[in-house]
Amino acid sequence: MYAAPGQPRPAYEKLHAALSKLTGAELRGRVDVVARTYLDAGVTFDIGGEERPFPLDVVPRVITAQEWSEVEAGVAQRVRALEAFLEDVYGPQTAVRDGVIPRRVVTSSAHFHRAAAGIEPVAGVRVHVSGIDLIRDERGEFRVLEDNVRVPSGVSYVLENRQAVSQVLPEPFLAQRVRPVHDYPRRLLAALRATAPDAEADPNVVVLTPGIFNSAYFEHALLARTMGVELVEGSDLVCHGGRLWMRTTSGERRVDVVYRRVDDEYLDPVHFRADSMLGCPGLLSVARAGNVTLANAVGNGVADDKLVYTYLPDLTRYYLAEEPLLRNVDTWRLEEPEALEEVLDRLDELVVKPVDGSGGKGLVIGPAASRAELDVLRQRLIADPRGWIAQPVISLSTIPTVIDDKLAPRHVDLRPFAVNSGDEVWVLPGGLTRVAMPEGQLVVNSSQGGGSKDTWVIGDDATPPRPSRRPARQAQMAGPDLAPDDARGEQQQQQQQQRHQQRHQQRQQGCGERTC
Amino acid sequence: MLSRIAESMFWIGRYLERADGTARILDVHLQLLLEDPWLDEDASCRVLLGVMGAEPVALEEKVTRLTMLNRLAYAREPGSIVDSLRAARANARRARETISTEMWESLNTTYNALTPTGRAGRGPHQFMDWVRERVATVVGIADSTMSRDEPWHFLLLGRSIERVDMTARMLASEDLRGSSGPAWALVLRSCGAHEAFVRAFGAAATEDRALEFMLLDRLFPRSVVNALLTAESCLAALEVDSVSATRRLGVRDDARRLLGRQRTDLEYRPLSQMLLDPAGEMEELQRAVSQSSEAISRRYFPRGVATSWVREVS
Repeated sequence: MYAAPGQPRPAYEKLHAALSKLTGAELRGRVDVVARTYLDAGVTFDIGGEERPFPLDVVPRVITAQEWSEVEAGVAQRVRALEAFLEDVYGPQTAVRDGVIPRRVVTSSAHFHRAAAGIEPVAGVRVHVSGIDLIRDERGEFRVLEDNVRVPSGVSYVLENRQAVSQVLPEPFLAQRVRPVHDYPRRLLAALRATAPDAEADPNVVVLTPGIFNSAYFEHALLARTMGVELVEGSDLVCHGGRLWMRTTSGERRVDVVYRRVDDEYLDPVHFRADSMLGCPGLLSVARAGNVTLANAVGNGVADDKLVYTYLPDLTRYYLAEEPLLRNVDTWRLEEPEALEEVLDRLDELVVKPVDGSGGKGLVIGPAASRAELDVLRQRLIADPRGWIAQPVISLSTIPTVIDDKLAPRHVDLRPFAVNSGDEVWVLPGGLTRVAMPEGQLVVNSSQGGGSKDTWVIGDDATPPRPSRRPARQAQMAGPDLAPDDARGEQQQQQQQQRHQQRHQQRQQGCGERTC
Repeated sequence: MLSRIAESMFWIGRYLERADGTARILDVHLQLLLEDPWLDEDASCRVLLGVMGAEPVALEEKVTRLTMLNRLAYAREPGSIVDSLRAARANARRARETISTEMWESLNTTYNALTPTGRAGRGPHQFMDWVRERVATVVGIADSTMSRDEPWHFLLLGRSIERVDMTARMLASEDLRGSSGPAWALVLRSCGAHEAFVRAFGAAATEDRALEFMLLDRLFPRSVVNALLTAESCLAALEVDSVSATRRLGVRDDARRLLGRQRTDLEYRPLSQMLLDPAGEMEELQRAVSQSSEAISRRYFPRGVATSWVREVS
């Protein structure tokens, strides 16, 4: 937020001015309101079976129009590159043939599913929804930290955070034009419908959830509710006759698009884990027959494998003939012997991550790890170099965060969300800013106790102002005086009653005038 | 709508009504125990536990009003008020995309306040009051925010069926105590029915009249007949989509048949006959309610059979 001590960066000036007026106690009060609101509204995140309010810091992050246009273009480009890569990987594999990415990198990915080969998605969309994690390095440049094109979560918190923060911090919110985020469900539904097997014939979209014990159940319910579609569990679905159906009170109803929030491995016990009760047997066959759209497509995980990630810049140039707009974080591929050797020498200064992990699981931060931990890690890297990547420790940018009634800097990242309808990759103006709550901590994942912030993308000055509202017609809004205290008053009241009755009769006759 | 969601809506209705009904019954009994110092506390509490379907307490253990209160209100055992509200909220969470946000928040706030700390400072009577008020709030919000479509009908169906059951339990519990005049007034009061009753029949009305009112009054919403009528109309509304022949040829729906038979039996049998064994009659009524609930499950909430997919393997 600050350019120099006490000197807010231009983007933060209005926010800073508004926050400076608040005392510690006032700040605390607003923090409490948010916490209570989230608890009452059930905006929760499950950790180990326990529902907790999703942690939200009231101080928003501000992104200027200029900065955002770079992020927006970069993310959209990234999604197009990922789509092209997936289409190629499950098709002709020209990138492999042309030597852009080694075959073994693709085939050894844990999420490369042969079951997905040959499934031709409608409009070529496999990445309907994506969350591209970005960080800002020391120089203020946005870099891609990782791609999430399986079942990225968090967008519901973007919607909820906006509501909560705009309510408790109306002052800075009103002082500038913050681009709204409420369009997301409508965009998502439109994209899902556009990619239905028969998009013309009023397709039936559902959201598939593993159930209430899933950590992101709140999000699944919110998306279904805001899109106005059914939220189904595996047991509600059944496949027969080459189609997917859901069980309703009036028999079975056909399903055309499944926005599934169930991982590949649990989606169809016929093809994947036979013991899974979360998916629907036969679902993949129906998808292969082209009779149902799965969003996101099966097998997408190969594209967000963290080793494949290192090839994305090259793949972008290869498929799109464009220079990547967002740079990767420098990364060592441990399966290359020289890289492995170097990383093993410098384990105590690097971050090491499993290639197929998510939610910060298995990640080791060298400077923070003990000698014993590093020894264990060393053995694991030698045993399975394909399973890991290493990155330099990047000092993520910080944003003031409320810690014990005061503001203190905490590290943040940013997950913008993109929706692909086949015609267009749309990036939600905002995204989830995640913040690491312990001091100096670099891991921001919610499953690791991280918090979140509302992300304000400031509208371009070129955006036309909204039409001002018409002034309220107060005279006509006022009700009759109901407390007359003298005879004259009573008379008035009677007259008023008569008028009311007349109006009522008129309205019943269908010719009443509108009063407000 | 999804069968699973329909089932959740039905149970939200049942659990809300159960919490409300249990709070009312408990409140009356605690009041009676206070007002009548000669009452055998142990026996009276055992009877109520029995009527409410709680696990019986060993004979050597003394049952006090506190035991009764704990088990029927605060304990996490099936049927307690706390458990009913928890179950209503769990069902609402599964049907989160179907119910309105306002209704959900109202129910969730109620649930959040159920912890012992949340209850602190509320005596039993205040707690019962609070439960009734919360249920009324949730139901009222549902009333004003939900479309009168299928989910609504399942919610109302659940409430009505549970209401028949709870009113039957209320009437049975009073009968078992060996009733006297003021006790009837208390039962009526606990149903919020006392004033309506007095307005209809005058303060001098007899105990039989009170029973008749709670059983047969077509206009009072908590009477058995009114709740049965509501349940039947819900079932009829849900059936509209199915075969039109049912409208011409009697009733095909088992649940509706069971409820309709009970209602007509109440309406067309002389009251004097009913008064011979009110407790037995009320048990009969409860049995019919539970059978019709099962029939509703069979018809509208068929479970996905875990093994049925085997034939789908290609």
